[in-house]
Amino acid sequence: MAEEVVLLDFWPSPFGMRSRIALAEKGIKYEYKEEDLRNKSALLLQMNPVHKKIPVLIHNGKPVCESLIQVQYIDEVWHDKAPLLPSDPYQKATARFWADYVDKKIYDLGSRVWKTKGEEQATAKKEFIETLKLMEKELGDKPYFGGESLGYVDVAFIPFYSWFYAYEKCGNFSIEAECPKLIAWAKRCMQKESVAKSLPDQQKVYDFILEMKKRFGIE
Amino acid sequence: MAVVKLFGAWLSPYVYKVIWALKLKGIPYEYIEEDLSNKSPLLLQYNPIHKKVPVLVHDGKPIYESTVILRYIDEIWPQNPLLPANPYDRAVALFWIKFADDKNPIIAKLYRTEGEEQQAVVKEWLEMLEAMEEHALIGGKKFFGGDEINMVDIAFCMVAHWLGVFEDTAGLKVFEPHKFPQVSSWIQNFKSVPIIKDNLPDTDKIVAYLKRRKEMLLTSKSN
Repeated sequence: MAEEVVLLDFWPSPFGMRSRIALAEKGIKYEYKEEDLRNKSALLLQMNPVHKKIPVLIHNGKPVCESLIQVQYIDEVWHDKAPLLPSDPYQKATARFWADYVDKKIYDLGSRVWKTKGEEQATAKKEFIETLKLMEKELGDKPYFGGESLGYVDVAFIPFYSWFYAYEKCGNFSIEAECPKLIAWAKRCMQKESVAKSLPDQQKVYDFILEMKKRFGIE
Repeated sequence: MAVVKLFGAWLSPYVYKVIWALKLKGIPYEYIEEDLSNKSPLLLQYNPIHKKVPVLVHDGKPIYESTVILRYIDEIWPQNPLLPANPYDRAVALFWIKFADDKNPIIAKLYRTEGEEQQAVVKEWLEMLEAMEEHALIGGKKFFGGDEINMVDIAFCMVAHWLGVFEDTAGLKVFEPHKFPQVSSWIQNFKSVPIIKDNLPDTDKIVAYLKRRKEMLLTSKSN
């Protein structure tokens, strides 16, 4: 039976980017469907009735929701190429912990950086940098969080790099000045075709954020 | 033989999730009770990032975050599997586990919020119950795991046991059984499983503790 893979997505979504990278790493052909989040398709509402959110991975007509679950699913089904999770259970647990940490911290803190101003923004920036420094510490001297090759935590985290320029401009700070090793890691990831083709241009993301700010009346 | 230690707190649902998983698999372990207002240096050393319970220490190596621990346990000790073997069914199970995990910190606030904030928490509870009733418990299964409980059943433990506790502490009713017949059945089935039934914290004890805690929080807010 021919494999049919569809990804319902929205181009600036760091969560969607995770699945794009995983699919590219495994060399899987799929149909990319761009969703208008202000006018969600009947297919999206049918495939993710609980959250009505992207990304949704549809494999032979069956939906998988939640980006990290999609990455794990892709890794399990197409297990013969480019493994993303380690096979050792303890290392797997560590990888799951850090991907979960990225989920809990990066998106929310980053959002507060571009959505707020004054003292609230200053607090968000401080916490955001602290979180990045912790990730930098976890990376250590390894080329990737996954060790010698791109792994689960790299895939979970690298999409946010496409938002760094927007965070920096909105928050008036330099991430590279605070976390040079992390930026070096990000540039290393961007050298991989699977990552470079899955992440949008940083300027484009910044323009999108400016539009969002206008729409929500955030100065 | 490798030693398994569990750092926990007597009223935490997150800790009970790990206790049930270890008991379902027949794994002996040493339990260390933590005083959450005075955490031990050992706990802080094992979990420096979140400083929370539960922490499982296996062979001297710490694992934390209850779902990460459960998945680790399931992989190291494959007897009585807690997740489906098929990748797609497993992805669906993980979706519901994440759903419960994301809701738990919010719904726990029921007893210590008031007014508008509390109404927002009630709304979250109802959303969760509706999703369970309409989407998760389809087919009238006895458990999320089919004929036996699995990690998804364990993930929804707050609904099964702690909801009543929060309602009693808050003095308000959120769950109306006749509105959620599938969820009601599931709660009864879940709490009848011997390993669950024999390993649940005393509700009166928790209510008393939470009421004291609520008083302390509200006093400090008005000061």
